[in-house]
Amino acid sequence: MTCRASAPRRPLGYALVLGVLAVLLGAAVLAALALGSVRIPPGQVIDILTGRAEASPFRTIVLDVRLPRVLLGIVVGAGLAVIGTVLQALVRNQLADPFLLGVSSGASTGAVLVIVLGIGATLATTVTIPAAAFAGALLSLLLVYTLARGGGGLTTNRLVLAGVAVSYVLSALTSLILVTSARADHLQEVLYWTLGGLGAARWDMLALPAITLVAGTAVLLTLARPLDLLLVGEEGATVLGLDTARFRAAVFVLASLMTGALVAYSGAIGFVGLMVPHMARMVVGAAHRALLPVVALGGAVFLVLADLAARTVAAPQDIPVGVLTALTGGPFFLWMLRRRPEGAPA
Amino acid sequence: MHRHEVRAEQHRDRTRAEQHPHETRAEQRRSEHRDRARRKERGPDPRTPPPGEHRHDDATPRGSPPVTTLRTEGLSYGTGEGRHLVNAVDLTAADGETVGLVGPNGSGKTTLLRCVYGTLRPTHGRVLLDGDDLAALPVKARAQRVATVPQDGQAGFELTVGQVVAMGRAPHKRFWEADTAADAALVDDALARVGIAALAPRTFASLSGGERQRALVARALVQQPSLVVLDEPTNHLDIRYQLEILSLIRGLGTTNLLALHDLNLAAYYCDRLYVLKDGAVVASGAPEKVLTAELLREVYGVAAEVSTHPVTGAPTVVYLPEGTHSPILST
Repeated sequence: MTCRASAPRRPLGYALVLGVLAVLLGAAVLAALALGSVRIPPGQVIDILTGRAEASPFRTIVLDVRLPRVLLGIVVGAGLAVIGTVLQALVRNQLADPFLLGVSSGASTGAVLVIVLGIGATLATTVTIPAAAFAGALLSLLLVYTLARGGGGLTTNRLVLAGVAVSYVLSALTSLILVTSARADHLQEVLYWTLGGLGAARWDMLALPAITLVAGTAVLLTLARPLDLLLVGEEGATVLGLDTARFRAAVFVLASLMTGALVAYSGAIGFVGLMVPHMARMVVGAAHRALLPVVALGGAVFLVLADLAARTVAAPQDIPVGVLTALTGGPFFLWMLRRRPEGAPA
Repeated sequence: MHRHEVRAEQHRDRTRAEQHPHETRAEQRRSEHRDRARRKERGPDPRTPPPGEHRHDDATPRGSPPVTTLRTEGLSYGTGEGRHLVNAVDLTAADGETVGLVGPNGSGKTTLLRCVYGTLRPTHGRVLLDGDDLAALPVKARAQRVATVPQDGQAGFELTVGQVVAMGRAPHKRFWEADTAADAALVDDALARVGIAALAPRTFASLSGGERQRALVARALVQQPSLVVLDEPTNHLDIRYQLEILSLIRGLGTTNLLALHDLNLAAYYCDRLYVLKDGAVVASGAPEKVLTAELLREVYGVAAEVSTHPVTGAPTVVYLPEGTHSPILST
């Protein structure tokens, strides 16, 4: 037999999974570009994308309205799913998600604070907001982790409760900032954003989240081995040679950076980081080297489709996609919570 | 086994008996066990041992790993409130020795082991492996030399058995380094050695307790350590698997330090025992010297009868319910 015990299960199967996901992503992108208030034939969409339809009346819709939104969806979906995967390894719990752990809320609070106070208004969308979102994400993550760990073990109960509590407080804080702010003209826009939506996507918003996603995921791929080690628990990882405290701290910062860079543009979109990693693990297993690429592709497909649904189901209303992911993710979360016995690891 | 090997072994046994007439039957059994394990470790011995060769010479043939010695010096671990969970323990384990820690619950066995494998930092004293202070080594360097088989091994998220065992290579790798064919071969060998090669693609979570324990022993093997520390490796196992796991551990050829609950198993499988009570060593030495009715009364607070088993040659403990009179004790 040529297949080694430690190799990923069925290497051919793995390539197939990536291939299927890539095709799915292509189809989802095409659908998202073609469908909407104006229906554009897919053939024409392809012509526009390849530059063969210079004169098409739909050119602006496809290239300037829908494409940035779809690309932001790819970046944010992939990013949230990757962050969810990593957070789940860090806290050794499949119920971790950037939204559920309050990280996204922390990022939102940081960002809203900066928007309302108008700090660095000229740089707002490029530097200050993502930086504030990162700071908020890191602070809330540390807060939740410390609260959940206090008094010993990190149980699911404590983790979820700490996440929910911190989320609530931060959301309330965000609302307070918004309501008391003099700039009521921004309320609608900021509210839409806090619910999590891709509607504000523009070309000039794509660079930072895309770079952060690619760089962050690349770093995480090199950390696949220690991430795997975390799955055997703190003590288990230590006796296998991992300095868990230092590694965990470093990955917390990295995950917060990525969350900040994404949430600053998309708002807090929940449950992508919960559902996608869970499904991906069922297909390719838990080892991170194989898992992370699948999770990234899966997250991209999921969010592009979810966003397509968000702007078409109640057209012409543009529902924040965060509302849709919560509608599907909430029940999924409850199903996962019921499925596993209390106190079971991971 | 070829006939000449059998003859060599018989010869060796005879030689040993002549050389060490004072050796008890149990000591002989253990040294045989060890010799056999060593032979297995490095393949059939090409040399016929010259008469009079001491068995410890056998431990350092050419090309074998350096002699491993574990020594703790005044090892103590105290809580903040000044309670000593482990109190001034001096312990040694020589190369290839299997050393058992026994003692009642709360006597400090696990704490002592955790100080040895490094997840607890001793509050006093040192743990030396071949003269190096383990607490002073980086986590990774320590993991290259000390492998641990935990009490209830867990691996979250449906990792496969092969993946869990392959984690034993982690201390020898940089984060981003992929496993090589040589690593994979080590994993395959270890799986075969503990007899679970067929389970490699299964998820770790789907294994029975005994199979998990085997997988964790395989992981320890893949780690290529000089010292293996095991905390109650037989916990929650059926008796058959308890015997299998302990035979397996004895056969590894490594220096082993293990905590055990079952005194009879400890007596049979360990070369030497340390008896702990309230964090301190109250007795140590060969099982037949350590396990006595008086000691069991003192340490465990039970009446027991200890005899030498006619078949195994190891001390055998039978606990006596209160009010029973042992014919041996009364005579």
